[in-house]
Amino acid sequence: MARDPVLIFTEKGIYCPDGDFFIDPWRPVARALITHGHSDHARPGHGSYLATAAAAPVIRHRLGDVAMDTIAYGEPRRIGGVTVSFHPAGHVPGSAQIRVERAGEVWVVSGDYKVQDDGLSEPFAPVPCHSFISECTFGLPVFHWQSNAAVMGQINRWWAANAAEGRVSVLGAYALGKAQRILTGIDASIGPVLTHGAVEATNAVLRAQGIRLPATTQVTAGVDAASHPGALVLAPPSALGSVWAARFGPAAQAFASGWMALRGVRRRRGLAQGFVLSDHADWDGLNAAIRATGAERVFVTHGYTSVFRRWLETQGYEAGIVATEYEGEGLDAPEAEVIAPPAAEPTT
Amino acid sequence: MIRFAALFDALDRTTKTNAKVAALAEYFREAPEADRLWTIALLSGRRPKRAVTSTELRIWAAEAAGLPLWLVEEAYPVVGDLAETIALILPAAGQTSDRPLATWITDLIALTGQPAAARRSFILAAWDQLATAERFLFNKLITGGFRMGVSRGLMTRALAEATGIAESALAHRLMGDWSPQTTSYARLIAPDDPQADAAKPYPFALAAALEAEPGSLGQPGDWLAEWKWDGIRGQLIHRPGAFALWSRGEELITDRFPEFAPLADFLPMGTVIDGEVLAWHAAGDGAPQPFAALQKRIGRLNVSKKLLAEAPARMLAYDLLEDAGQDIRARPLAERRARLAAIIAALPGGMALALSPPVMADDWAGVATLRATARDRNAEGLMLKRLSSPYHLGRKRGDWWKWKLDPHTVDAVMIYAQAGSGRRATLYTDFTFAVRDGDDLVPFTKAYSGLTDAEFRQITDWVRRNTLERFGPVRRVPPELVFELAFEGIQASPRHKSGIALRFPRMIRWRRDKPVAEIDTLDTLRALLAGQRGFSTPAPPEDI
Repeated sequence: MARDPVLIFTEKGIYCPDGDFFIDPWRPVARALITHGHSDHARPGHGSYLATAAAAPVIRHRLGDVAMDTIAYGEPRRIGGVTVSFHPAGHVPGSAQIRVERAGEVWVVSGDYKVQDDGLSEPFAPVPCHSFISECTFGLPVFHWQSNAAVMGQINRWWAANAAEGRVSVLGAYALGKAQRILTGIDASIGPVLTHGAVEATNAVLRAQGIRLPATTQVTAGVDAASHPGALVLAPPSALGSVWAARFGPAAQAFASGWMALRGVRRRRGLAQGFVLSDHADWDGLNAAIRATGAERVFVTHGYTSVFRRWLETQGYEAGIVATEYEGEGLDAPEAEVIAPPAAEPTT
Repeated sequence: MIRFAALFDALDRTTKTNAKVAALAEYFREAPEADRLWTIALLSGRRPKRAVTSTELRIWAAEAAGLPLWLVEEAYPVVGDLAETIALILPAAGQTSDRPLATWITDLIALTGQPAAARRSFILAAWDQLATAERFLFNKLITGGFRMGVSRGLMTRALAEATGIAESALAHRLMGDWSPQTTSYARLIAPDDPQADAAKPYPFALAAALEAEPGSLGQPGDWLAEWKWDGIRGQLIHRPGAFALWSRGEELITDRFPEFAPLADFLPMGTVIDGEVLAWHAAGDGAPQPFAALQKRIGRLNVSKKLLAEAPARMLAYDLLEDAGQDIRARPLAERRARLAAIIAALPGGMALALSPPVMADDWAGVATLRATARDRNAEGLMLKRLSSPYHLGRKRGDWWKWKLDPHTVDAVMIYAQAGSGRRATLYTDFTFAVRDGDDLVPFTKAYSGLTDAEFRQITDWVRRNTLERFGPVRRVPPELVFELAFEGIQASPRHKSGIALRFPRMIRWRRDKPVAEIDTLDTLRALLAGQRGFSTPAPPEDI
């Protein structure tokens, strides 16, 4: 007789009946386990939060004084009838995969992850399991990332060339994770580094928890192309082409995102330059990560779910889809394949 | 190919005209001559004959990447470009190659007609020695649709900058029926050899849309007003050794319109006329037929007697570019028209060439009143041309204006959505619309353009959340979003369920204020159709 699943998919999010908690729920719940601090995973309004010690400061910064308990990577914790533990996901500092074990049966929720070492986040560690719930934001074989060092080299060359022409370089990057990854990877000797308030606020939180980042200057009144010639400006993608960015004059603008792999997306954003830099796994990364779990059953969420599920089935997995209400990095070009009602249970 | 990829990259990374011209001019100075020639050809819409089908490309790419074909086909609409999709899915190249563009193209041309196995092994070997960016361009050479964000005018300007030859002279030399296989770079840009270039057309002068009131143009007496006919703009050339009719798309269409052949015996030698080719009512008052009638002629290389009788072609002449062998494009329009009128008046009766009649009125109000009757004459509106103007090279604002009629409009509901391609990949931009017919909704047209990117994003979001059914790339959605569509003309069309076909349909407004119950009906469209003069096609079929 089949046992009840360890995790089920509800309209509030992924739920564990035996532990009575949710993982990254999008509606308010009593008890939430949070994989990382991005807004599509850490929502406000839950009764209590559990996150890694490294992820907690950003979540507090975003959500205010919430009831937060923290946990170390790898530390087992008993919740109701299950044991949970958090394992590095390599997505952003503090990000975790959440392992849930019930009487020897192991399920893992990947959260967002990448297998590539970005030099900033705790590197991804595969967690053996029976059932794996994997994101697949970039789950198409057209996405292949270059090494972190190669992309940082491209950014350095672009910045240096702009600086040599007397132009400021404005680089769009998500305020949590991507911006700090770039800060860590670039050659800060090329020129001054300026930050948008949203990026600097995250920098401050991460610095306070002991993460070392190069010196940055927040853009305030009087900070512009004249005061900081040849600067690199790190700003959220929404600031590209905005009034805010106008203070830098005829600056070079670029966006660092996995979506920049597609020429059409880059052109639609009207960008001359895009850097293909993602905090999600690429096609090979997704496949390698799934293989490494040894799981027989894989549920996919966030991204090209229906295509990726079909692919996994051809690879011999039992595969299903978890519908989500929120899409994270996919905002420019997601294929939120949430067409059928969320029939996420595997059919066998 | 490396140098060509660098050029493409430079052009792709800027929207500034000067930067594009500079990048191209540099290329025209330093690339091998054979590559320059092919680049000019590609940027003026000449591409090598397709040696490999896009289906073969997909299959071979899937094999090379070790992926099932369906997965490649799923990825394609996300990327929005087959050449790019293939470049991205292939494994990294095992080798490098610095073979130039022209060599690759020559090899591709030589592949035509080879057995599939030979073509496959050539393509696979090519992919294995090209980096991703070069591979993308290589694939583009095969799939076509080569757009590099550079107009032909911009390319000509860059070539002028690189060679020091006047832009107008170059523009003329690049016209006509040449291909890199029949000429060389040196010969292409060299001064015209009159023998070799007997049939070469001049670049067409183009008009800009008039947005202001015509009163702002000054005295009506300084202007020539004429009908903007809805046919094929053409250039008729009669020179020693050549009698040719060119379309504006620089296609030689002489043989498709045998009606003009007798003119070779009567037009003076050294005559070049700019005019509009129209399908003509064979009998009666001598009026043009709607564009649909001419459309039947366009694709036919051999015209049947029946079609010749149904839709005989005629040219209404606008302008004279060459008179007695002299290029008179710099002379004022008034003088060119007078010479044109004299040439036409000297022709014997029964020729398929007439002067496009001027539209005469005492003041602008009178011109406007006549313009309002354009549709009854199967014209799209008026052309206003300054009588002192030269025959410009391409589009120059100020002297020539097109003053088109306002389009028809209809309110309709979206029922299917499909993602666009290129920069619109992953955005739902191609919609099918329906009007009401009793209790039913009848699809009647598609439209792709007219909304802002922000509106397309909102609609895309809505389509994703409201998909009822998927048919490959097409999604059926509930009939809820109402749009105002504009179109230039309406024709009966037995091939369509609605029995009608629209000309140039596009969205002009998203009517969020309008409920589906208030959209237009099929009867509204039928009435519009019935109100038009002179059907060229049979009435709609009975079953609607």
